Amino acid sequence: MQVNMTVNGAEVNEEIEPRHLLVHFIRDQLGLTGTHWGCDTSNCGTCVVLIDGEPVKSCTQLAAMAGGHEVTTVEGLEVDGVLDPIQEGFMQCHGLQCGFCTPGMMLTARALLNSNPNPTEEVIREAISGQICRCTGYSTIVRSIQWAADHETNVSLRSAS
Amino acid sequence: MTTTATTTATDTATDTATTTATDTATASEEETTPDERPIGFGRLLRKEDPRLIRGMGQFVDDVSLPGMLHLAILRSPVAHARIVSIDKSAAEAHPNVVAVITGEDLAAQGLAWMPTLSNDVQAVLATDKVRFQHQEVAFVVATDRYSARDALELIEVDYDWIDPVVDVRSALDQDSPVIRDDLENKADNHIFDWETGDEAATNEVFERADVVVSEEIVYPRVHPAPMGTCGCGANVERVSGQVTLWCTTQAPHAHRTVYALVAGLPEHKIRVIAPDIGGGFGNKVPIYPGYVCAIVASLVIGKPVKWMEDRTENLVSTGFARDYVMKADIAATKDGRILAIRTNVLADHGAFNGVAAPVKYPAGFFGVFTGSYDLEAAHAKMTAVYTNKAPGGVAYACSFRITEAVYLVERIVDCLAYELDMDPAELRLKNFIKPEQFPYETKTGWVYDSGNYEPAMRKAMDMAGYAELRREQVERRARGELMGIGVAFFTEAVGAGPRKDMDILGLGMADGCELRVHPTGKAIVRLSVKTQGQGHETTFAQIVSEEIGIPPEDIEVIHGDTDNTPFGLGTYGSRSTPVSGAAAAMVTRKVRDKAQIIASGMLEVSVADLEWTKGAFSVKGDPSKSVTIQEIAMKAHGAGDLPDGIEGGLEAQICYNPENLTYPFGAYICVVDVDPGTAVVKVRRFIAVDDCGTQINPMIVEGQVHGGLADGVGMALMEIIGFDEDGNCTSSSLMDYLIPTALETPDWETGHTVTPSPHHPIGAKGIGESATVGSPPAIVNAIVDALKPFGVRHADMPLTPSRVWETMQGNHTPPI
Amino acid sequence: MQVPAPIEYERATSVAHAIALRSQKGDEARFIAGGHSLLPMMKLRLANPKYLIDINDLEELFYIRENGSEVCIGAMSRHRDLLDSDLLAKHFPIFLDAERVIADPTVRNRGTLGGSLCQADPAEDLSAVCTALDASCVITSSEGQRVVPMHDFHVGPYETAVQDNEMLTEVRIPLRPGGGSAYQKVERRAGDWAVVSAGAAVWIDSGIIVDGRVGLAAVGSNTPSIEPAAEALKGATPSEDLFQRVGEIAANNCSPETDGRGTAAYKTHLVQELTRRALRTAVARSQGQEV
Repeated sequence: MQVNMTVNGAEVNEEIEPRHLLVHFIRDQLGLTGTHWGCDTSNCGTCVVLIDGEPVKSCTQLAAMAGGHEVTTVEGLEVDGVLDPIQEGFMQCHGLQCGFCTPGMMLTARALLNSNPNPTEEVIREAISGQICRCTGYSTIVRSIQWAADHETNVSLRSAS
Repeated sequence: MTTTATTTATDTATDTATTTATDTATASEEETTPDERPIGFGRLLRKEDPRLIRGMGQFVDDVSLPGMLHLAILRSPVAHARIVSIDKSAAEAHPNVVAVITGEDLAAQGLAWMPTLSNDVQAVLATDKVRFQHQEVAFVVATDRYSARDALELIEVDYDWIDPVVDVRSALDQDSPVIRDDLENKADNHIFDWETGDEAATNEVFERADVVVSEEIVYPRVHPAPMGTCGCGANVERVSGQVTLWCTTQAPHAHRTVYALVAGLPEHKIRVIAPDIGGGFGNKVPIYPGYVCAIVASLVIGKPVKWMEDRTENLVSTGFARDYVMKADIAATKDGRILAIRTNVLADHGAFNGVAAPVKYPAGFFGVFTGSYDLEAAHAKMTAVYTNKAPGGVAYACSFRITEAVYLVERIVDCLAYELDMDPAELRLKNFIKPEQFPYETKTGWVYDSGNYEPAMRKAMDMAGYAELRREQVERRARGELMGIGVAFFTEAVGAGPRKDMDILGLGMADGCELRVHPTGKAIVRLSVKTQGQGHETTFAQIVSEEIGIPPEDIEVIHGDTDNTPFGLGTYGSRSTPVSGAAAAMVTRKVRDKAQIIASGMLEVSVADLEWTKGAFSVKGDPSKSVTIQEIAMKAHGAGDLPDGIEGGLEAQICYNPENLTYPFGAYICVVDVDPGTAVVKVRRFIAVDDCGTQINPMIVEGQVHGGLADGVGMALMEIIGFDEDGNCTSSSLMDYLIPTALETPDWETGHTVTPSPHHPIGAKGIGESATVGSPPAIVNAIVDALKPFGVRHADMPLTPSRVWETMQGNHTPPI
Repeated sequence: MQVPAPIEYERATSVAHAIALRSQKGDEARFIAGGHSLLPMMKLRLANPKYLIDINDLEELFYIRENGSEVCIGAMSRHRDLLDSDLLAKHFPIFLDAERVIADPTVRNRGTLGGSLCQADPAEDLSAVCTALDASCVITSSEGQRVVPMHDFHVGPYETAVQDNEMLTEVRIPLRPGGGSAYQKVERRAGDWAVVSAGAAVWIDSGIIVDGRVGLAAVGSNTPSIEPAAEALKGATPSEDLFQRVGEIAANNCSPETDGRGTAAYKTHLVQELTRRALRTAVARSQGQEV
């Protein structure tokens, strides 16, 4: 079947099998390998992308279901060579180690700051609680998101609104 | 940079070993501006991050070659059964299937079995029997990953059920089915007996002790579960015979050599590349059947083949951790002087002995179970057995079984504190090895290189407000609330290891390092170890930078590619900084020595008249006469004469053989609240004071500690690989194998002391696993402390609400 | 990664279209809403529908509104919509309590009320919420609509009253004065299914409980409403003794089993403890206290 959607601002029109998972469509068909997968059961959140600005586990969506929607992946966070403050925050605060959960974490963080520019630590922890990081113990991820909140610019809102 | 973070061996190593010159600092004291770019040690943003935060890392599943095929593995649905027949015809008929291979097919090539890292053998694909649920039985290669999975459903296997051995305690019973009937004359499920220490002397101490406390302490089977699962892409070029393997390996060189030895492939034709691998924690040390299958498939089909396991496959078939049932006894005087510890351990190694540990150490470094205490005697016995479960045992940041050893000693010391009605922190302080006793040889023969335990303990107590916490606890208990304070102190033994004692499959545990300084003064350093997220690309650039004064951003770090790095055994057991980090420092010093000779020619003075300040040699007494390392590099490659006997170029290679292990330590304090009605545990605070000697990058050190602390929360509260009575794994997905989220983990409070290693060139000791080793006992001790009003002295992990509640009712049962 | 078996896929454009497709394809077809229960089952090949009807475009099923003496919730309302609803927060704070602890925020962005109820997992929380609130389910077919009370909606584990040619389209909750409600859940870890959950709702007039209900999750093969608990609450004066007694009644009227989440004894204890806590909060809320 044909599927049409917007990925990181660009129209895509691709032939797919109806059963193809969105994560495989993004990775294997579009070649955007920044989106990862880490489980089969919607538990780990390494596959999170934004659909119409909301974090969604792309291993638990068919590509077909994303048709007609706007998908943002980690590759869409940097706009015109300018990093999203979230990306900058993760670097500044050591919010990543192996980097595998990082794209999903950053996208959830982006959606959070779009709806709540000054989240408390508690709110941040709740927002990322559907995503597992095995390396950082989360404190530095929380700090990274707080750093981004403190350095938010208008540019960053473009990528996911 | 702060002084505490950058104290180096050259400054203080010699005196810290014998005095109490330990520096202390908390995380907050070392805050530097993020934009600071130190030359050498200090907080430096990671060189890895710019690609990873853009989604431009290259993980194994991101590797895609033209015409690449996909491999999927059919696994056994049962734990123990004879294979009667396999019908693969329907799968072969699938239009997108290229090949279906069974154990019988591999046996025809002599490839059905492979050696494990413990000199046992493991089936690549089962030929005779399946010996654990989810064991590899056949594989399919198809043109796409969906078809490969579909075709697995089309393979029909007829199994003849055999009773499985699930309970480790009955594995050696007379009537227990023999799992390893593939081994000649094997009539039981016994793997090895091992012991350490002096049994007679220990028993003698126990005879005369005022107090003896005994407890059975179980460390259940857990799994590292890195976020990236294991997998590989294999490409065998038909004409040249070149084998290239992109693989989730923590030890690319060791893997290459093993492939050469096992499959008879010429080693110079094998290239193992470990790109970004998505975490490891020991899970990516062994060679898994899937890797061999992918290589065989590419060899047979002549096209590149990719195998990526799913999460279930990762949890049910790859390297697990722990699975020790430990009977422990501790002897003490009635005023709290610990005299001796003895233990008898039953170890479950699963269906194949796949433990990754130095050959002479079948129980890993469990021998350090004497902990941080000055004992009169100690003795351990261990029996390891086969069961119908997945193979493994050494993984999950365990420092070769030190997790188990530290858990044992820190739990039994708390049991003693309970019986003596002594404060657990005071009991520890009373029994620590004293600073003047280092280097300290334990009663099991380990020589602790350095240590200064009391300041670390005091610092943790200060940070926690220990006395105030105890007062609060009294008040809360009076109100019927359950608050617990847990203390743990650990000594690690990392950096394996001296080649006279330590090898894996005959490969010595030394590590190479090569440094080249280019004409313009930029450098490239090549490592034998491999980052899984620890930040080697940053840390090793800083080590080189510290020694030669070239800014870290001008130093490229190459690792994880056997064609382009010197030989070495890889990253596990917290060995990168202790072994390879030492190699990096030593190779840089070798280059610097040569640079000094070249500088003497440039400045026309003798070598002895030069002094080094970071980045330049200058003439003693006349600092205006100096040359920078960059100028020297250009001279080394440029025109004109060099001093007599000096070749052009500025590069060196070494192989570092550590003189001893290094012994990091730490003091951890955990505060928990237990809901008296629901038995739900909340970790309120966690204070960690670590001493890993010299810190290269405090930001990275803190990150390593944080991650390990979260592991501890996982193991203490929720993680377990469980089995039902038929040997079915009951933790086969992340729905059932629970890993902590941001909501179960507190904001960590970290601090450190610095006691450099006297024998390591920069005094560094390794930090990767300290917190995973030290945190589980702190948390369990806190929960047991919270349950003191119920008369609870011990409870086994994982302390889920149900297990805590049952313990409160007096119905505690071991998890296995 | 695990992947689903081949399927056909079609997007429904209206409820009528969806029902027509479902009627046409019979039991080989499944509706897919959030997909967070169905797709993992399909990846494990435990569910093998041949045909998926995507109902995510059915705008007509996305609503939460007050309609006279009822609050009506469209079946496609997502967990996050329920969590963010001021209307539900005002009348039925039990939804907020529950939604804060159902799965995780990312899953809640997709999972739906209708999908949760139709999955009919005995450990599912919204079924317990709806049971406590005495909700009823509107089931639509090409013939029209029928309204089924919660206690008749689940006919067994993973089985509902919805037939192959029907669709759950709305949940209705009666609005009555003096109401208060609350939800309590114990989980091994955030995002996990319940070890046990207990929801409670009371309606109080002049200090007397006119009506009260308890809904439990993860305590047996079916999510039960505890009729003896409702009987004990009716006409009673709220007190700690009453909450304790009703908790015991609830514990005595369910049959949890030992599994990886806990022992039967612990779960039975939790039913008592959580029912008591939920009732205490529900009563406080009915009296206007913010708890």
